[in-house]
Amino acid sequence: MVRLMSRTTTERARAVAARVTDPELPMLTLVDLGVLRDVEVVGDAHVVVDITPTYSGCPAMAAMRDDLVRELSGAGFDRVEVRVSLDPAWTTDWITPAGRAALAAAGISPPGPAPSHDGPIPLTLLPTARQVRCPQCDSPATELVSEFGSTACKAQYRCTACLEPFDHVKEI
Amino acid sequence: MTDHVHTTDEDEHESAYSGLLVNDAHWAFGTDFEDPLAGVDTTIPEGVDAPALAAYALMLGDDALVMSHRISEWTSNAPDLEDDIALSNIALDLLGQARLLLARAAKADASVVPDLPEGSPAPPEDALAFFREAHDFRNVRFAELANGDFADATVRVLLFSIWRLATFERLRSSRDHVLAAVAAKGVKELAYHRDYAARWFVTLAQGTEESRRRLVAALDALWPLWPELFDTHAVEAAAAAAGVGVDPASVREAAEATLDQVLAAADVPRSEAPRRAGVLGRTGRDGMHGEPLSRMLAEMQSVARAHPRGQW
Repeated sequence: MVRLMSRTTTERARAVAARVTDPELPMLTLVDLGVLRDVEVVGDAHVVVDITPTYSGCPAMAAMRDDLVRELSGAGFDRVEVRVSLDPAWTTDWITPAGRAALAAAGISPPGPAPSHDGPIPLTLLPTARQVRCPQCDSPATELVSEFGSTACKAQYRCTACLEPFDHVKEI
Repeated sequence: MTDHVHTTDEDEHESAYSGLLVNDAHWAFGTDFEDPLAGVDTTIPEGVDAPALAAYALMLGDDALVMSHRISEWTSNAPDLEDDIALSNIALDLLGQARLLLARAAKADASVVPDLPEGSPAPPEDALAFFREAHDFRNVRFAELANGDFADATVRVLLFSIWRLATFERLRSSRDHVLAAVAAKGVKELAYHRDYAARWFVTLAQGTEESRRRLVAALDALWPLWPELFDTHAVEAAAAAAGVGVDPASVREAAEATLDQVLAAADVPRSEAPRRAGVLGRTGRDGMHGEPLSRMLAEMQSVARAHPRGQW
């Protein structure tokens, strides 16, 4: 009976945490982004949440933490502990299919498969080759403007068909 | 006290700033900064000397902090918006690495953290960044050199990220969980930094006579401090021997090979500028720094030091 209760409570906490969105990509929940690693109720109204940073200096982490605490507190969890999970490091491969669809719908090109980072990382002197389609007009005629964009996780592209600039979530 | 002009409700609705004040939680600046290592396994690996681990983490953290600040000085000053954003992003990645590494140092050995006035809310990593004197910093001197032109920024980011990426590739197998995790994330970031700078290096070398002249001049200016990056300090030797750190000498070959690839693509010869000697044999890793670091810290630390109990 007690076990059943706690499982239900954990599911409820997961559902609440899963509603929290990324402050810089508000069309994505933390689940869509692959940042929410674990939610566990460990005691009476005490919930522990593990999140992983996208980039080392991502300033959105503090806001995510605050939002998780606010939402879970509002749902009746008196003690909310947000922990940082550094290992394994976040990869764009963890962005869910729903997240990718939400990005595209918002005019942001979703990432392709992340490169392997196991051995030495070879130097690339040519612009990263990506199959990026314009999120506005779906043309494959796109060009890289810069590998760095409005947030740490994005590159800047432009469509040579419709001429619109757009963001691409870069593979890491 | 009664001469405020914008006090009516109507004015507030029209103010572009009023919306910014409604929900502070959505702004990183203004939210409280909690322990960046909350929940991370910070156990000292068996057989590792905690103060030695802290000293090593400080070196890696100070390299990132000082380099980050130097690059951040380009924000709003780069030749075009894209590169302004690129350099700011690079600085931000390094600042994130610095925060984790300084927090790791403080966790391993609290005695490295300067004492702050009672009631100061500054977390240990901020205390390390803002309340130490120049001679307590352990960064390589390369990171602190005063900025030059955009060619200088290109060469600086290229050399620094080639070296740091080669180091982090090995640091991924550190026996210290935190250092290994910081390195695993860092390699992904540094690969973008290195390749960005490498492309600009080739572009400037193959651009106009003037861009090539400036690039070669920047390489000559930074070259004297390149060899120091591969010197092995006693702290680094001990960290490497304990399986938590990387001996800089061991990454020299890999780093030089990558640099040679860039130089070959750009058709730029290696510089012949002589190595800059230490001061009585002491260099950045010993806390021996040049005037540029003092000037940088004076600016970087002034607000925090003026308000040690400040809430941000």
